[in-house]
Amino acid sequence: MARIDLEHIRHAYGAKPKSENDYALKEVHHEWNDGGAYALLGPSGCGKTTLLNIISGLINPSEGRILFDGKDVTHLSTQDRNIAQVFQFPVIYDTMTVYDNLAFPLRNRHVPETEVDRRVKEIIEMIGLGGWAGKKAQGLTADQKQKISLGRGLVRSDVSAILFDEPLTVIDPEMKWVLRSQIKRLHKQFGFTMVYVTHDQTEALTFADKVVVMYDGQIVQIGTPAELFERPRHTFVGYFIGSPGMNVLPAKIDGSTATIGGETIALNFRPEIKSGAKTELGIRPEFVSIGREGMPVAISKVEDIGRHKIVRARFADQPISIILDEDGEIPAEPRIAFDQKAINIYADSWRVGGEA
Amino acid sequence: MEKTWNNKAWFMVLPVLVLVAFSAVIPLMTVVNYSVQDTFGNNEFFWAGTDWYVDVLTSDRFWDALTRNLIFSAIILAIEIPLGIIIALNMPKKGLGVPVCLVLMALPLLIPWNVVGTIWQVFGRVDIGLLGRTLEALGINYNYVQNPIDAWVTLIVMDVWHWTSLVVLLCYAGLVSIPDAYYQAAKIDGASRWSVFRYIQLPKMKRVLLIAFLLRFMDSFMIYTEPFVVTGGGPGNSTTFLSIDLVKMAIGQFDLGPAAALSIIYFLIILLLSWIFYTVMTTSDAQS
Repeated sequence: MARIDLEHIRHAYGAKPKSENDYALKEVHHEWNDGGAYALLGPSGCGKTTLLNIISGLINPSEGRILFDGKDVTHLSTQDRNIAQVFQFPVIYDTMTVYDNLAFPLRNRHVPETEVDRRVKEIIEMIGLGGWAGKKAQGLTADQKQKISLGRGLVRSDVSAILFDEPLTVIDPEMKWVLRSQIKRLHKQFGFTMVYVTHDQTEALTFADKVVVMYDGQIVQIGTPAELFERPRHTFVGYFIGSPGMNVLPAKIDGSTATIGGETIALNFRPEIKSGAKTELGIRPEFVSIGREGMPVAISKVEDIGRHKIVRARFADQPISIILDEDGEIPAEPRIAFDQKAINIYADSWRVGGEA
Repeated sequence: MEKTWNNKAWFMVLPVLVLVAFSAVIPLMTVVNYSVQDTFGNNEFFWAGTDWYVDVLTSDRFWDALTRNLIFSAIILAIEIPLGIIIALNMPKKGLGVPVCLVLMALPLLIPWNVVGTIWQVFGRVDIGLLGRTLEALGINYNYVQNPIDAWVTLIVMDVWHWTSLVVLLCYAGLVSIPDAYYQAAKIDGASRWSVFRYIQLPKMKRVLLIAFLLRFMDSFMIYTEPFVVTGGGPGNSTTFLSIDLVKMAIGQFDLGPAAALSIIYFLIILLLSWIFYTVMTTSDAQS
């Protein structure tokens, strides 16, 4: 277990990066606390896996340093960093038994056989493959194989951190819940530093204490699930988190009022905006209310998804989503209002001027 | 599931059956025919029963040639399979080196067999050959025309040069199909180079190795052209393999009966050994 510091890490896959766009990973400067559970969330190709592989040492960053507990490990090999990593697709050693698969990382490190036996038996019970110890790993199902991959990561009690690279992609939905809660339980029990890469927001939000959202090679926001929901720092975070995502509407900002189309909305703060910036107003569908008062809106579609209804509408010629309670009514001439506290203002996609 | 019988379907496969009959079954049955009869020409045949088979199986000539064949195949397999694996492991996985290596590897496979024989025949000659002259200059007494050991070494080196590429290409195909995640996981697990080979690469190459092994066994066991061109079976009988002996018997001495019997026996040996290898290798796989 260790604290992990990433100091001004940048990485380009090409040999000589010329412009900022040649970097698969733009500058990342971040500290992962000892014993923390982090999720790295972002769309495919945003650099999540690159960042993870830099931490584990499978990739050497083009620039920057990595410290484990203050010790520079940038040029240490994966073995020497003492990291466990679970990959997207199950990696198992076909010709070995389930037991030997789990024992493999320990035996490679010359752990005494009695200790190997104790650890393997413990893990094999934990991942629910107790009856399979002597079976060859070859004939197992995909989720059993992935459990073995997980188990190989967990079997080493002294690891600096455990990294998960979308480990539940190949697992059936109901099994996902089981495995995810097992990982969480292990985290509570042993206090490993865990970094969990995913593009599934539910997975990220339920797993992690802190979610790191990545977009286009950079970290756009680090925060608790609540922070990401209420105060997205970047419009991308607004879109990406939440279902449906945040409504982002082009708006003119003048002092502490915002104008969308012909409608003027009062703000409870005065955003500081550089002149010439593209300004937008962000509001989550949860904080838009429908009633007889407020600004006119044209309803185009109502989706009933059980717990609540999602109303798709057009407001000031922009598409907008509104979340309505299951028993909520839509009046004949619907009007909408924004919850003032939940409004975020963005200039060039970045959130501006908080509680001024 | 009920199968529908469609008699018209037979007509569809008939052309192939006829073709196979002419190209394989009829010649084979002709050989069987010769092997149980005696003839003095004029198309007159006398029933000989199993006499020819007994003759062949009790002759030293057959057992000597068979022993040479088995030793030759064993040496070939013992060199080419490990060497092929080692070369495949060290071949580049990406970049410009890949096509360069692949073309270099494929070159010997593209040369006709008798040309390969001719190349080495000339290459090894002490009077004009590069290899022969060089060895002589180095003070090594090498003469494949007179020394049986030298003749064997020449044939083995030639076969290794000619056919190791096949093993390399097959192994390489197996190796490149291994996803990167396996190597990454092995690094994470702290696996040694040997463990990576033993538990990741070898299991993934197993199927192609089986094919490589069978192909190399069958081909080396049936080898004819190259020793015929290089040594002609000599010096003495030291490189007379079954195939060479067979041709001597059939064409040289015109002993059609014994030659036919030998052909059948030869064929059955290859069939039997291939079947044994295949069964042993695949059942050890299935037990896991």
